[in-house]
Amino acid sequence: MAKTTTAGTRDLDRAGLSDERLVAMLRNMLLQRQLDNRGFQLNRQGKIPFALGSEGHEAVQAGAAMAFERGRDVLVPYYRDLGLALGVGMSPFEILSSLFARQTDRSMGRQFPNHYTNHDLGVLSISSIIAGHCTHAVGVAAAFKYRGEGGRAVLCTTGEGATSQGEWHESVNYAAVHGLPIVFLVQNNEWAISTPQDLQMRVANVADKAPGYGLPGVVCDGFSPVATYAAMNDAFVRARGGGGPTIVEAKCYRFLSHSTDDDDRTYRSREEIEERRKMDPVPRFEQVLIEAGVIDEARRKQLRADVLRETNEATDAAEAQPYPPAESLYTNVVAGDYQPWQE
Amino acid sequence: MAGVRAAAGAAQTGITMTNVEAVRTTLHDALVRDERVLIMGEDVGARGNVFLITKGFLEEFGPQRIIDTPLAEASIVGVAIGMAMEGLRPIAEIQFADFIYPAFNQIVGEAAKIRYRSNGDYTCPLVIRTPYGGGVRGALSHSVSIEALFYHVPGLTILAPSTPADIKGLLNAAIESPDPVLFLEHKKTYRSVKGEVPAGYYTIPIGKADVKKAGSDVTVVSFGYNLHQALDAANRLEGEDVSVEVIDLRSIRPMDKTTILQSVRKTRKLLIVHEDNKFGGVGAEIAAMVAEEALFDLDAPIRRLAGPDVPAMGYALPLEEEFMISTEEMVGAMRDLAKF
Repeated sequence: MAKTTTAGTRDLDRAGLSDERLVAMLRNMLLQRQLDNRGFQLNRQGKIPFALGSEGHEAVQAGAAMAFERGRDVLVPYYRDLGLALGVGMSPFEILSSLFARQTDRSMGRQFPNHYTNHDLGVLSISSIIAGHCTHAVGVAAAFKYRGEGGRAVLCTTGEGATSQGEWHESVNYAAVHGLPIVFLVQNNEWAISTPQDLQMRVANVADKAPGYGLPGVVCDGFSPVATYAAMNDAFVRARGGGGPTIVEAKCYRFLSHSTDDDDRTYRSREEIEERRKMDPVPRFEQVLIEAGVIDEARRKQLRADVLRETNEATDAAEAQPYPPAESLYTNVVAGDYQPWQE
Repeated sequence: MAGVRAAAGAAQTGITMTNVEAVRTTLHDALVRDERVLIMGEDVGARGNVFLITKGFLEEFGPQRIIDTPLAEASIVGVAIGMAMEGLRPIAEIQFADFIYPAFNQIVGEAAKIRYRSNGDYTCPLVIRTPYGGGVRGALSHSVSIEALFYHVPGLTILAPSTPADIKGLLNAAIESPDPVLFLEHKKTYRSVKGEVPAGYYTIPIGKADVKKAGSDVTVVSFGYNLHQALDAANRLEGEDVSVEVIDLRSIRPMDKTTILQSVRKTRKLLIVHEDNKFGGVGAEIAAMVAEEALFDLDAPIRRLAGPDVPAMGYALPLEEEFMISTEEMVGAMRDLAKF
């Protein structure tokens, strides 16, 4: 069985994190929640065609992002990674430019929301095809190893449903065979759109698959940013030091429907969601930090007000941007001018 | 295989070599020239590839650059994509073109769209090499042509050179390309086709066809093994005073409109020959382009000779022979068009 790590709550297990970094994680979580809400609000207002929330994943992503070293590591995300995108340095304005499909979006309004790209920050461009990106993450890790760039690692994220894909298996196996510097983070929120975990796999934990690849598998409490940070930091340190890949499974929950186009009332009970909401990681971590004396009530209010203001400003700024021009449809097919029939 | 071994480095001196030797020497020189170049695939290491194309490379360049991958085509291409996005120049090999289907998503859904979907923030300078084509008793799963499955896809470059000199120039161009290239090698020509290869490093521009034989009565557009049959057929017809111009397509995506139209406007008759089945094949696009651009320059309906509309060629010799287009059929089609 996979090793399990959990963080204490009242007696704060801070996994070596300073007060400043603990607060940075909370701020990231609050910003995620605010931006998630904003995406759904804008959709319901008819201002954007689509949004997809990471509610319930805030702690996983704040913790994983804290273990990520900006400027060295590379993130190969999946489509439910708002907190990781923010945590590695993307701005709310970039997120909202993508939601509004404006010219200021890096893809210039081509990509679906939540399909980030930022080469400067080391955020790889992805498609919507589940687990296809895992092979690319392995390729980046292989390039690090080939060039002898020790001290760098790749973070490859998926949900638990992706682990049914052949390409996830191929990726983990390839990385294991070649001892590559990569961490496979599986954010297990129990649902792949409408399909529950027990229709994806026979094992209780995704991490239980790790021994089959000759890899360590770790389960962590994905409702605790500190526990996730601790598990992810161990895996990152191992990868950067040449110790090879780790599969980290963070147990969390998807509070919202899959997307604004989904209605989860058709496949899961309200009672299940209410039960899980009692463990909501955002107020829970606020409370943890208050009880540990890291923040007080006034600081909590201030943080909430800050992320709301930041979200409002980014919303207004992004909405004010122009759409990409229609002619931009034809650029960047290949390098230079492109015609399938060459004159 | 003595000939193959002796050919290593031969491109430096300019000699006659086979198609397979051209692939081998060009790959070898690329590995010497550019440390970003890696070769990865099934059995490319100790075995030296099933056609011995990379024989000796593992010893010369080491396992970090000549990578025997796990037996899984999607990740051969997918891992190479990640390497390319991170700045390397991987050359991924699919052992037989028939085995490329598990990697279809990676080629079509990923590699072809990376520059586009990131608006140039990321690129994918990747070469995927694979032997294709029949006439070698390869049966259903070692004989297929795959160009029509991929040539619909914007963002992909597809090359299918047929002579050693073109293989060298276009494989070098593929490795230099900042975008993904599918590089098709007809396996029946590997050892049956020889030719002079210029010395030194050179590239041939992607998207340029080549007039392999000039003529005035009929234009034939072809590539691969068929190209060599078409040249034989055209030479036979010289004795009947029929002058056939043979165009080697070389680049399937993009395609060379100028060379085809110039020739068709001169001969006023067009025959397209390819081994893959006719329905939806490369010939359909060529015929449509010529009909759009030069219909009133034609003196005869466009003619296509292509493989039959069956799933694959059979293993039994009569089934394979029935599938493959014979040189005699080409002679007949050219003669008919010339008389039309």
